[in-house]
Amino acid sequence: MRRMLKKIGAFAETGIAVLREIFDEAAYARFLNRAGMVSSSESYAAFRREFEEAKTRRPKCC
Amino acid sequence: MNKTISVLIWAAIAALGAVAVGAVALHRGEPINALWLVVAATCCYAVGYRFYSKFISARILTLDGQRATPAERLENGRDFLVTNKWVVFGHHFAAIAGPGPLVGPVLAAQFGYLPGTMWVLAGAVFAGCVQDFVILLFSVRRDGKSLTEMAKDEIGRVGGFVAYVAVIAILIILLGVAALIVVNALKASPWGTFTIAMTMPIALLMGVYLRRIRPGRVLEVSALGFVLVLAAIWGGQYVSQHEAMARLFTFSAPTLAILIMIYGFAASALPVWLLLAPRDYLSTFVKLGTIALLAVGIVLLHPTLHMPALTRFVDGTGPVFAGKIFPFAFITIACGAISGFHALISSGTTPKMIARETETRMVGYGAMMAESAVAIMAIIAACVMQPGIYFAINSPAGIVGQAPAAAAATISSWGFPVTAADMQSLAHAVGEQTLFNRTGGAPAFAVGMAHIFSHSLGGETLMALWYHFAIMFEALFILTILDAGTRVARFMVQDALGHVYKPLGRTSWYPSILATSALIVGAWGYFLWQGVKDPLGGINSLWPLFGISNQLLATVALCVATTIIIKMHRAKYAAVTLVPLAWLVAVTFTASWHKMFDANPRVGFLAQARVLAAGPMSPATVRVIFNNRLDAAVTGVLVVMVTLVLVESARQWIGILSGAREARVKESPFVRTRFVEERG
Repeated sequence: MRRMLKKIGAFAETGIAVLREIFDEAAYARFLNRAGMVSSSESYAAFRREFEEAKTRRPKCC
Repeated sequence: MNKTISVLIWAAIAALGAVAVGAVALHRGEPINALWLVVAATCCYAVGYRFYSKFISARILTLDGQRATPAERLENGRDFLVTNKWVVFGHHFAAIAGPGPLVGPVLAAQFGYLPGTMWVLAGAVFAGCVQDFVILLFSVRRDGKSLTEMAKDEIGRVGGFVAYVAVIAILIILLGVAALIVVNALKASPWGTFTIAMTMPIALLMGVYLRRIRPGRVLEVSALGFVLVLAAIWGGQYVSQHEAMARLFTFSAPTLAILIMIYGFAASALPVWLLLAPRDYLSTFVKLGTIALLAVGIVLLHPTLHMPALTRFVDGTGPVFAGKIFPFAFITIACGAISGFHALISSGTTPKMIARETETRMVGYGAMMAESAVAIMAIIAACVMQPGIYFAINSPAGIVGQAPAAAAATISSWGFPVTAADMQSLAHAVGEQTLFNRTGGAPAFAVGMAHIFSHSLGGETLMALWYHFAIMFEALFILTILDAGTRVARFMVQDALGHVYKPLGRTSWYPSILATSALIVGAWGYFLWQGVKDPLGGINSLWPLFGISNQLLATVALCVATTIIIKMHRAKYAAVTLVPLAWLVAVTFTASWHKMFDANPRVGFLAQARVLAAGPMSPATVRVIFNNRLDAAVTGVLVVMVTLVLVESARQWIGILSGAREARVKESPFVRTRFVEERG
């Protein structure tokens, strides 16, 4: 039972990590870490500025 | 696991798959249950992944777990980043899965459920998954280089140039067709238009929330946005019932086309944080949720397919689009079987996130299998409807007539009974004024999806909500592709123009932004306008054009892959990419020939222009004649360019195999990984 719960926990953790990557939350966390900033309106604006061009160059399929 | 047990299990899966494929292929007469398609697909994917992709990994690509990937060697915390393989898989799948695997299979269902299903299964396992996998691996071994850069390095300058032009062309045609699908789904639909219009203020709200209230909490705000979108769908029914409000949100196709062009221009030229980024997140949230919901719904409810295995329209006289099963079924379904566009994503962001070479198999081959499964779900959604209803929704007025009674009589005369009263009752059930002539695939998919869900969740009373949820879902992520695609194309054009005049290449210089945005929107807007004004509904000419350009891009990708495989001294296994390449050349070149020169005016662009030119002339006729000639010219130019790549590639292959040319791959040097290789 405990092993099963552990597996479910690991599965959920991976699922959340996938969603955080798709939704750019992980990229924001990395940006804060790299820039030594804490989350704020200004740091999010700075992240978007840096991230915008790279993100909008990525093609999405049909 | 004990080897004998493993062999027995895989033998059982293969046998089950063979039985299911046999049932799908040979069943005639009585309706078939959708579970047969689900079982056939699951077993094919399992066997394909376990054996075929492993064969490619071991014998051809020789994936090396000891070799450091660019994500490790060039890690910078931004583009290059070592990422968990499941996270990369999810990210890659979210990028490759768009409206294509939903719309193409719905349109191809006019041939029956069998051709689409067989092409999706065989095409994915032997072509699409292989293309995505090998291009991803080759990009990983070249520091994450793009397809156009690899084409230039491995085939020559012609390859690079053609890949570049093909990408721009496919983007423009794709955006025109995608916009047309939205127009056809929303025309004369106040409920649908209101819901989509509401996504704009919702996205703005999300943008402000992300920037000012809870910076960076994207998942949280996406969930909030999703709740608000559901509220907008709920509210839409009251808008459609209120006379003045309904009038406010009821637009003709040309008006919607103009509005979408204005939106596309604004979206390309304005900062993204306020509207586009939140809408992109909202669209992704809805897309992933809906695909998961549809998968669960189909497995749990296992609906019955009413469409026959093969319809009379395999002879090329179909009302949805004209043309015989070969080659047209194979260009109508691109995404879901093989899509050249995927090669751009496999050589874009994904290779820069791969931690180990060995993971390219799961990400490249596996994610394409997942997209193929989405295409199977779309086939099921289209085929659960009574065929008469399917054809009433998807047939243009130019074929079946404007009047409901006449259209119903025409469709019934084909052997697919439907009445005007049936259609009126269905339109009423989904909250629309009419469902006749709603070409483009999106409304048919929405009716199918609503049909599946309403049978268990909410019954007939929720049918309208499910329908509008499906319309919102498709329109939302098509619009996201419109704005993202316009931007990508703008950046590509700016990059090229920067070589001519430097300031034009600066992505922050407003004159250049405005000029290139106008150029790109004008280009896809032209195709959209052409589709809106087309008496045959637009999809008949534009979707094949899109299919041809997408598959021609896949031809370029497979040329690059075959060249690299031969350079790697694996020529004896080159059939792995050469056979799909030969198939695509046969399909795309035959389709192009038919679209240009077929004597049937419903198929051939030039024949239609000739027929129109022989009749009475009006400004509208002159325009349609010009458009047909333009479409023929675009098709011809694409074919000539891809022929150049093929010739250039063949010269390389012959040179290398005869020893006249040195077989030198342009890979990054081997660097040993700092990670300990895990077993398996």
